[in-house]
Amino acid sequence: MKEAHTETLWFCLVAIMIAGYAVLDGFDLGAGIVHLFVARSDAERRSVLASIGPVWDGNEVWLLAGGGLLFFAFPAVYASAFQGFYLPLIIVLWLLILRGIAIEFRNKVSSLVWQPFWDVVFAGASAMLAIFFGAAIGNLVRGVPLDRSGFFFLPLWANLRLMPAAGILDWFTIIVALGSLAALTVHGALWVAMKTAGAVAARAHQAAEMVWWAVLVITALLVIIVPVVQPHVSHRFADAPWGLVFPLAAATGMFGMKLLNGAGRATGAFLASCLYIVGMLTSAAFGLYPYLLPSSTDPAAGLSVYNSAAATYGLTVGLYWFIPAIALVAVYSVFVYRRMV
Amino acid sequence: MDALTVHRLHFAFTAVFHYLFPQLTMGLALLLVILKTQALRTGQECYNRAARFWGRIFGINFAMGVVTGIPMEFQFGTNWALFSRASGGVIGQTLAMEGMFSFFLESSFLGAFLFGERRLGPRLHWLSAFLVFLGAWLSGFFIIATNAWMQHPVGYQLLPDGHFALASFWALLLNQWAWWQYMHTMTASVVTASVVMAALGAFYLLTRQHLEYGRMFVAMGVTAGLLASCILIFPTGDVQGRNIAYDQPVTLAAMEGLFTDERGAPLMLVGQPNMSEKKLDNPIYLPRMLSFLTYRRWKAEVKGLDAFPQDTWPDNIPLLYFAYHIMAGLGTIFVAVLALAAFMLWRGRLYDTPLLLWALMLLAPFPYIATTAGWLTAEVGRQPWVVFGLMRTAVGSSVEVSAGNAMFTLIGFAGMYSLLAVLFLFLLYLEVDRGPEAAADEHGAANESGSNPLADD
Repeated sequence: MKEAHTETLWFCLVAIMIAGYAVLDGFDLGAGIVHLFVARSDAERRSVLASIGPVWDGNEVWLLAGGGLLFFAFPAVYASAFQGFYLPLIIVLWLLILRGIAIEFRNKVSSLVWQPFWDVVFAGASAMLAIFFGAAIGNLVRGVPLDRSGFFFLPLWANLRLMPAAGILDWFTIIVALGSLAALTVHGALWVAMKTAGAVAARAHQAAEMVWWAVLVITALLVIIVPVVQPHVSHRFADAPWGLVFPLAAATGMFGMKLLNGAGRATGAFLASCLYIVGMLTSAAFGLYPYLLPSSTDPAAGLSVYNSAAATYGLTVGLYWFIPAIALVAVYSVFVYRRMV
Repeated sequence: MDALTVHRLHFAFTAVFHYLFPQLTMGLALLLVILKTQALRTGQECYNRAARFWGRIFGINFAMGVVTGIPMEFQFGTNWALFSRASGGVIGQTLAMEGMFSFFLESSFLGAFLFGERRLGPRLHWLSAFLVFLGAWLSGFFIIATNAWMQHPVGYQLLPDGHFALASFWALLLNQWAWWQYMHTMTASVVTASVVMAALGAFYLLTRQHLEYGRMFVAMGVTAGLLASCILIFPTGDVQGRNIAYDQPVTLAAMEGLFTDERGAPLMLVGQPNMSEKKLDNPIYLPRMLSFLTYRRWKAEVKGLDAFPQDTWPDNIPLLYFAYHIMAGLGTIFVAVLALAAFMLWRGRLYDTPLLLWALMLLAPFPYIATTAGWLTAEVGRQPWVVFGLMRTAVGSSVEVSAGNAMFTLIGFAGMYSLLAVLFLFLLYLEVDRGPEAAADEHGAANESGSNPLADD
């Protein structure tokens, strides 16, 4: 196979953007999932919303920027995946719309029906998004029925069986989806525990303690079934054992958040949860490489860094603007998280 | 309805609805910077209050723009997969740059602008307004550069598989279509924001409330609006028109309703394209004006539709013709009304001339109609191409997405956006009703109570 250094670099950068999105929007999605339970009164819910108010929109930009970079670096993957996952993606868009207006418009009116309504919309849309994002990752790992045209189309569900990839939702992707829901619930609960005080923080701490067990069970289950569902992953780790640092990072994060949360160290527990999410996503990216979108029916038809990237000139030029741009993003983020939250 | 038609309607509907919001926020961002500059320069609190009030209107519009904007980026892939795969190597650059350079900037500093006034102090708060403005205007540029490449492709290389690769980054960014189209679009957004500001000011004056702010809004809106609406016609609209004449002559012929070649072609003011007889019904026109405007010569030849193969004609000529004429007609009316208002302002009699205040108030929806018509002119005018001269729209859509699935999501978006429209108008009404004077105390209180940015009601 030909060398693909620039393409591989962009593969890593896109993976980093997606991991960044998962960690950052992950905590405000998680805060949305738990806020109905950990914040009971209007004042308590306002305190949860206040902790994400100035940042949620910026966090969501990571998704947009990640999508834009995928379009730019791997147009064939962007086109194939967005078309093939048509229905779930559009539903994700509707959920993002509902969630965005729930956060922004909740406090514009004071009424006994207005706020509770948007609170439920905020919680429901956040939970559904966590589930859909998990299912999306499950689909990437399992592979999709790509043929030589480079395209496919999957309905939302068919018979829940794995092969030949009959729908977006099958038993495997449902497990990944539930894993994502559990992980982001804990992530959000730890954020709320870190950023609020009193009863809300105590309940959030408790919620993270409980749901952590679901994270443990599903993570353990995934370690067993992923190599069965996608054998390419085990080959990758066998060929390049250094890649085991990614799952090890995830394991460290997973046990770290339990220990630190148990010790009442909220910031440490939240950072450990970040490590867990990054570890899981980088493990998936490492395990799938060189594929971005593996084919479940014809391995050679999978979309990889070799056959789906934009031409090298464009990718090289992109590095010249990406590096200063991401440095600027770091500057803004420091400003926002230091001064505004 | 076949799948292609549904995909086209899908994009058209979501794009038109989306653009109702950014056109206000982009222009308003500039006006907010001016208000904040005035506040810094004069030290008068009324400018800060005005900025807070318009900041809240901005916030509602920005939220709507964000939630309706995300579907736009995704729809390139979901509904236009073949187009995206073929052209992602080129326009992926500008779309990715928009995310990296402008969305992060805008979203980071909007929170600082809306909720950080007390915490940041006057200078940093001014800076946050300026950075929001910069982010919004950068975003506009990258989107226009993307669209300009579809209108007038440059800096690309055609690959053997029929896809496009970037050949020159600077050619893509310095595309002269992009710069003129950008200036035209941004000036139009300043017109929208200015007219909305003037209209709200006129409403306050006519209903005898918030008089101090009513006068400020009218004065600022009329002044900025007059300047911008003049630039809209000359030079930006003028050059844009000549770009079309040189690079998309068939589009010009269709926009103007010119069916046959003419020396000394007239400028049609009124008339209905009669496609079966290939002529304009009930025409009212300025003789030789089109030749002059296009080529600066009264007797220059302008090519009519007949000069081009019919399969390169825009596929909906009446819609294109009316969209263009509505845009141009409204643009002319804006200059007339705003010039009259500016004259009366200068004479010091505008605030006591109810008729003119009524006119300003009722002008509010028309910039929205004009910009929508303008975008329809650009997009319908580019047909039957998705990339002008290179790739037909008919071969760009998502072939795997059936008409039924696309119709499902189109109806879903229609329902979702109807809900958004109702919410938007309701919340806007609440802000207008509360007015600029209420803004100060509550905003201060919100900041006083600590880090509760959302408690501003």
